[in-house]
Amino acid sequence: MTAPVPAQRTGDALLSIVDLRVRIGGSQILHGVSFDVPPTGVTVLLGRNGVGKSTTLKAVLGLTPAGAQVTGEVRFDGAVVTGLPTHQLVRRGLGYVPEDRGIFGGLTVAENLRLAERDAQPDYDTVYQLFPELAQRARQRAGTLSGGQQQMVAIARVLLNKNRLLLVDEPTKGLAPRLVTEVADVVTRVAQTVPILLVEQNLALVRRVGVDAVVLAAGEVAHTGPIGALLADEHLTRSLLGVGHHKPASSTASASPAVEKAS
Amino acid sequence: MSTVILLLLTGLGAAGLYFLVASGLSLVFGLADVLNFAHGLFLSVGAYAAWWAATSLPGAGSEGLGFVLTAIVGVVAAAAVAALVELVLIRPLYKRTIEQVLVTVGLSLAGVALLQVIWGADPRTFPRPAWSGGVTEIAGARVPNSSLLLLGCAAVVLVALQAFLRFTRVGLVIRAGVEDRAMVTALGIDVRKAFTLVFAIGGAAAGLAGVLAGIHFTSVTSAQGGSLLIFGFITVVIGGMGSVTGTAWAAVAVGLVQQFANYYVSGLGDIFVVALLAVVLLVRPQGLAGVAGGASA
Repeated sequence: MTAPVPAQRTGDALLSIVDLRVRIGGSQILHGVSFDVPPTGVTVLLGRNGVGKSTTLKAVLGLTPAGAQVTGEVRFDGAVVTGLPTHQLVRRGLGYVPEDRGIFGGLTVAENLRLAERDAQPDYDTVYQLFPELAQRARQRAGTLSGGQQQMVAIARVLLNKNRLLLVDEPTKGLAPRLVTEVADVVTRVAQTVPILLVEQNLALVRRVGVDAVVLAAGEVAHTGPIGALLADEHLTRSLLGVGHHKPASSTASASPAVEKAS
Repeated sequence: MSTVILLLLTGLGAAGLYFLVASGLSLVFGLADVLNFAHGLFLSVGAYAAWWAATSLPGAGSEGLGFVLTAIVGVVAAAAVAALVELVLIRPLYKRTIEQVLVTVGLSLAGVALLQVIWGADPRTFPRPAWSGGVTEIAGARVPNSSLLLLGCAAVVLVALQAFLRFTRVGLVIRAGVEDRAMVTALGIDVRKAFTLVFAIGGAAAGLAGVLAGIHFTSVTSAQGGSLLIFGFITVVIGGMGSVTGTAWAAVAVGLVQQFANYYVSGLGDIFVVALLAVVLLVRPQGLAGVAGGASA
């Protein structure tokens, strides 16, 4: 099977994913995903639950579970990085904020941040300016933080270092509306300095921060193009994202996740 | 009263021995998911290396500074063997759990056989310092010095391990890796470097246990490591994988239960230890300090 809409190819892509196929425990999760991430702005990876958005990010980073079969090619910053160990890939400037936040609950907030230091001069100024609360809670065990605070730690960890690209997986998942707004603010600010490949289901947030859209459906790329055009096209959003109708653009980004469940 | 104190201190001495064996097992399993059946071999290597040093190495001996050198040889030899085992045999097999277990089981059998080929199957009298055979009177109880030595050494190792884990960068990586190894690599850290170190640390502790077991039991045999390993595993399971503090508490529980049961229920100490294990598994299967679910791959 081939994707209905071929992925765009541009020479100056920062990250190129070519025919990525992932098979985990006998089931094919990705059937040949290909798309490019430009070197600026927020590229949003969209799609219903279970279409392979998180798997795509994990496969790029080499974090698929043991026994998974991964084929295809990943090019980052002009070099083929397929099969590179995760830590080497990350050191090339890939920051990862995982779906479940990946916080070390037994470690303090300060230790979580110290562990993430890669650069000689980790940028604590930016981190504490964005999240002053983390400085106050430095000695608190991260496992005792609220979900929103844990998300701050997860994002802070990638902001400590100079990254070429951030891979951010559903940063608003399970957060209260007020915190969703806060995360949207942070993503907007961060995107001014570093490109982001963002997996997100909250369409209000997507509308606010996104530039390019890549939509996955059943393990394949079903659509690529500008975010605005995609969200404006009711037929496309309904068929690709399962959204019947959506509210007009909301700058507070406080709408509940638009895609409630996979159908 | 003096009997209780005697049982308490000899029980804590046994606990020290179990802690030294189990701390390495626990860290290796917690961080690298390796169930290391060859850990007992590290203990035997430490014991035999110390025995060899005391009898053949110039400057080493069974008394004073000579014995310190003897002990260091045992510890270093065990640490080196452990690091080598990780690099050569375990490293190529990460993510292949069954093969790993088979390799460590095979190594424990082959290693013991090799020790028997070199030094024979009969127990060798361990060249221990004369004072270690004496007793110290504490509150009316005549406590063997070797028990106090075990207790003291284990306490020092416990404090040193805790300090290492808490205050060093590698210690931070190890603590984080026990929780979520994949996420540590996703922060750009080569967690496998820490695996080798953890094997070496565990091997060093086991080697020290081998030297101290030689003193305590007055002899070395090739089967010693294997039999102590069983109590090491029980201690690890009771304490919770990957927690040094949990291992220490579990070792105290196992040592005391064993000692008191042996005295009051005539030699049923081992049965009571297994019963303790069963109770912990029923009531708190993740162990005293363990987190339910544990670290993911």
